Amino acid sequence: MALAKISSVTGRAVYVPGNDIDTDRIIPARFMKCVTFDGLGEFLFHDVRKNDDGSDKPHPLNEPRFKGATILLSGANFGCGSSREHAPQAIQKHGFRAIVAENFAEIFFGNCTTLGIPCATAARADIARVAAAIEANPATEVVLDVAAQEVRFGGQRITVEVRATARDALVNGRWDAIGELLDGLPAVQSRARALPYLAA
Amino acid sequence: MTTPKSLFEKVWEAHAVRTLANGQTQLLIGTHLIHEVTSPQAFGMLRDLGLKVAMPHRTFATVDHIVPTDQLVEPYRDPLAQAMMDELRRNCAEFGITFFDRATGKQGIVHIVGPEQGITQPGTTIACGDSHTSTHGAFGAVAFGIGTTQIRDVLATQTMALGRLKVRRINVNGRLRPGVYAKDVILHIIRVLGVNGGTGFAYEYGGDVFDRFSMEERMTVCNMSIEGGARAGYVNPDQTTFAYLKGRPYSPAGAAWDEAVIRWKSFASDPGCHYDDVVTIDAASIAPTVTWGINPGQGISIDERVPDPAQAKAVDERSSIEEALAYMKLRPGTPIKGTRIDVAFLGSCTNGRLSDFQEVARFLKGRRVAAGVKAIAVPGSQIVALQCEKLGLDRVFADAGFEWRAAGCSMCLAMNPDKLVGDQLCASSSNRNFKGRQGSPTGRTILMSPLMVAAAAVTGTVADAREVFAVNQN
Ligand code: SF4
Repeated sequence: MALAKISSVTGRAVYVPGNDIDTDRIIPARFMKCVTFDGLGEFLFHDVRKNDDGSDKPHPLNEPRFKGATILLSGANFGCGSSREHAPQAIQKHGFRAIVAENFAEIFFGNCTTLGIPCATAARADIARVAAAIEANPATEVVLDVAAQEVRFGGQRITVEVRATARDALVNGRWDAIGELLDGLPAVQSRARALPYLAA
Repeated sequence: MTTPKSLFEKVWEAHAVRTLANGQTQLLIGTHLIHEVTSPQAFGMLRDLGLKVAMPHRTFATVDHIVPTDQLVEPYRDPLAQAMMDELRRNCAEFGITFFDRATGKQGIVHIVGPEQGITQPGTTIACGDSHTSTHGAFGAVAFGIGTTQIRDVLATQTMALGRLKVRRINVNGRLRPGVYAKDVILHIIRVLGVNGGTGFAYEYGGDVFDRFSMEERMTVCNMSIEGGARAGYVNPDQTTFAYLKGRPYSPAGAAWDEAVIRWKSFASDPGCHYDDVVTIDAASIAPTVTWGINPGQGISIDERVPDPAQAKAVDERSSIEEALAYMKLRPGTPIKGTRIDVAFLGSCTNGRLSDFQEVARFLKGRRVAAGVKAIAVPGSQIVALQCEKLGLDRVFADAGFEWRAAGCSMCLAMNPDKLVGDQLCASSSNRNFKGRQGSPTGRTILMSPLMVAAAAVTGTVADAREVFAVNQN
């Protein structure tokens, strides 16, 4: 299974402000009644984007000028709450390829990495600079350079951090661990034999 | 002399298979628990890759999130719920996995079923596609909530890729005051350390309070480790742990029991082991705690007033208080006590065990749910339901005006018919008060201990259970 080497993501960006944006906000639980992930993208941020009658609430993702953005910017503790992979899946199915935030909840971060979505952390003031640039000109091309740990936009750059293990996995195309884990199966069997509770 | 080690280190070392190219560890997961919400896609991925389940005998399934607690007969009114049920049955049958389906009498919330069956054991690694898997740490297991792709990994290889965690020891010393429960302890800890204070850590809970706690109380605390941002939480195994496990269906028996106890003991943290951080809390400083906002760290003691954004030190804090108060429809600086509630929910993997219902029933006898309040009591498993019914607790709840339901997650997260409507305010024994968590995009949740939920139910307001039930005198 050859995986794409994700050393950078280039595209337009959208800023969804706020701290502690939790997984219920990203994808409300009622949309998780499904046996595949297909179709989740439509419900991304549903309850903050839509009124009960289906009309739009004011939300950056509803603004035509940010349609097609592939880089999501946000605040602190992004993705807190549930371990549901439905959250990063909804983000990915909506079309996002990368997230830049002040920091991320642990499980969410891991889930994203496994799906090949780089999660980069940056200082609040720096995120605000990118947000200001796209606010002024939504067409600004934004490059998240995973390898170099920086975001370049409209002639400016900010430093970001992509945790070393995730960076390695993304840049070297081993963000989906399954191949490597399967290679380890013989070692798994011998490890298991030393643990009595695993006996059949 | 060998270097003293923490339980986390010992369990990690016993289960580490090898180091992967990115520096993470391929970690053997001894016990894999699955449920209907997060597993179907993982089985789908498995089929797409033509893979089998590596250790079906170490994988256990139950159904909890989507089951209606007021409808036992299938097909369920909600066809989507029925489809998820059918899918889990099909997957378990096809891959040879034990499924605690409703017909077995052992169905329930995954974090209640594992311990109850004796599947959750000390010194083991556990994974489940559910963030409250940390609950199982109460037994001295290292237990992780994982995403669906990792469920696929564990199904296919019985391992997952993970970076090692740091360990923070949290001591709660002294004695809890009457009317203060395990739920208050964890709400207090999260309030003090913050909702992301635990990032990168496993929490090891200990000290006098945990030494005295029952397994059910330890589970309540470990359950909400994730709400404090910790990836896992655990308590070292001791006699309380072993006594709980003895004679359970999946517990070792006979000579194997004695060997197991020796092995389990050996996993407990060694005196003098290294912790990356140590926090000590005085038990007497903990009060009955309730949340006022939209994350579990936004908590105050029942006597306090909700914060005033004008008093906030930082801009950030001010905006998060403003956002929370606007959503909760609470006025700055007013006492939380006396806030009118619409719904009282007793249940969930945090507080849906026998002892939770016993403790509440002790005080609820002879009292009535206030007019206009909808109150539901939902046992966490069929076994808990049966135990309660044998003791006549279901009658106590029904006589008081609670609806007594069948086992499931119920109103904890609204993937089943139990949901808030409009901006109803719910006094809830569950673990999350996020916006919309209980099913209505404007629904409001106040987290609290089961007895505080009962106090709210009978008074129709957020109330101090110690006053409502004269707890100090008992
Ligand atoms: S009771 Fe609530 S928190 Fe626990 S497993 Fe069910 S939905 Fe999740």
